[in-house]
Amino acid sequence: MYPSRFRYEAPRSLGEAFALLAEHGDEAKVLAGGQSLIPLVKLRFAAPAMLVDINGIPELAYHREDADGSLRIGALCRHADLERSPLLPGNHPTMAAAAPLVADPIVRTRGTLVGSLCHADPQGDWASVMLALNGEIIAQGPNGRRTIPAVDFVVGPFQNALHPGEIAVEARVPAARGTVSGSYLKLERRVGDFATAGVAVAIESVGGQVIRAGIGLTGVGAGNIKAVEAEQSLVGYTLDPDVIARAAELAAGAARPKTDHRGSAEYKRHVVATFVRRALSGYRAPVAA
Amino acid sequence: MEERRITVTVNGEPRTVEIEPRLLLAHLLRQGLGLTGTHIGCDTTNCGACTVLYDGRPVKSCTMLAVQADGHEVTTVEGLGTPSELDPVQEGFTTEHGLQCGFCTPGMMMAAKALITENPNPTEEDVRWGLSGNLCRCTGYQNIVKAVLWAAEKQRAASAAASTDVTV
Ligand SMILES: Cc1cc2nc3c(=O)[nH]c(=O)nc-3n(C[C@H](O)[C@H](O)[C@H](O)COP(=O)(O)OP(=O)(O)OC[C@H]3O[C@@H](n4cnc5c(N)ncnc54)[C@H](O)[C@@H]3O)c2cc1C
Ligand code: FES
Ligand code: FES
Repeated sequence: MYPSRFRYEAPRSLGEAFALLAEHGDEAKVLAGGQSLIPLVKLRFAAPAMLVDINGIPELAYHREDADGSLRIGALCRHADLERSPLLPGNHPTMAAAAPLVADPIVRTRGTLVGSLCHADPQGDWASVMLALNGEIIAQGPNGRRTIPAVDFVVGPFQNALHPGEIAVEARVPAARGTVSGSYLKLERRVGDFATAGVAVAIESVGGQVIRAGIGLTGVGAGNIKAVEAEQSLVGYTLDPDVIARAAELAAGAARPKTDHRGSAEYKRHVVATFVRRALSGYRAPVAA
Repeated sequence: MEERRITVTVNGEPRTVEIEPRLLLAHLLRQGLGLTGTHIGCDTTNCGACTVLYDGRPVKSCTMLAVQADGHEVTTVEGLGTPSELDPVQEGFTTEHGLQCGFCTPGMMMAAKALITENPNPTEEDVRWGLSGNLCRCTGYQNIVKAVLWAAEKQRAASAAASTDVTV
């Protein structure tokens, strides 16, 4: 199908982009990788009056690690850039595990991490990773920048906390302390399918003792879930089997799955517990499944 | 609604066209430029039959606007080789019977071309992974994987020969 008519502009700078967005208020949409938005306008589930294509703003195409170890991901950093990034495997195992599991290889060429967070699909993978890592989103508008914690960024299915006229320019992962471990495990019926269930785990430890734990759940609720009780149950402990079992049970308890074509609620809850156990036991998902 | 004049380099040749911004790249290629080798197999960005190279990287042309290609390079299956001089990927699909109905083939070949350009020596696993965004309803994939491995080997041999030529 053809999208309905819209005005299209491809600004060359953020300043130009803000001016264009201001003209059209909430009738305007930012076009990043287009891998969620174009399917929607093609099927006419969305009919924005104006698309502001940010692909021509080179200053948004980056991801880098700061001296303190925090990671910044620009709005035009593609899933594929992260999948191939030499920065991730060592210090950012949860991000490294998730990148190759988002969508399929061709969609990953275009789709962006920041766009995925903005799209706020309850089945999206990156939001769980950001919840586990206590990530933040930097929103910028004509009046300056503000930082929105990932836990506050999604306000409902397909709804984010941006004001009309704002662009999410960057996602940020704070620096970890101590030894970092973690993973992202995803059960999908086939490549390119959204998760039946997915679990992001991020652990920081010193001398074998957990000092911070993050657990995010995908596909098992009306949105991505931060399993706070499960996280807290790990802090101060070493990852012994009984500690792991308790966290797995708490995470499964935090899940709110619904029975659908991907599986029963009970099954999904079971998968959550299994994935939390595996991720905490140091199991790394095979990258090429 | 206003039309836009854009210039896209398609298979090495600059093409200037007037289009509406809502036109999809796949439709520009097929209807606007008559390059019907690029197939459209779904409405949901799942099948990959429409895969083309955009500045050398594989994209689903049904999920990009034609206007986004302004000033960029697009390579379609028509630009892969010529009947007298097939690309190693095309030869591989012929030799290893990498197709049955052929509907998925143009997209498969473009994805394969991108794959072996980035990774000239892929394992079978790499090929299966790299082509996992392209669906085939006929072959069961076995011969497609063989075709791509064949093409990678051919391409390696060709570039080895080329570098010997230079040093001799
Ligand atoms: C076949 C297929 C399979 C997929 N499978 C998965 C999957 O398994 N897991 C998964 O997580 N995702 C999946 N996706 C979605 C994919 O990850 C998208 O890339 C992602 O959801 C959106 O990123 P984008 O850059 O393409 O954004 P776009 O499609 O360009 O935009 C999406 C929305 O976010 C807004 N937006 C984007 N960027 C910004 C910004 N910087 N500031 C403000 N607003 C912005 C847009 O206005 C739009 O409303 C799949 C997509 C397809 C087509
Ligand atoms: S036509 Fe199916 S992915 Fe483009
Ligand atoms: S050969 Fe028929 S779809 Fe692949």
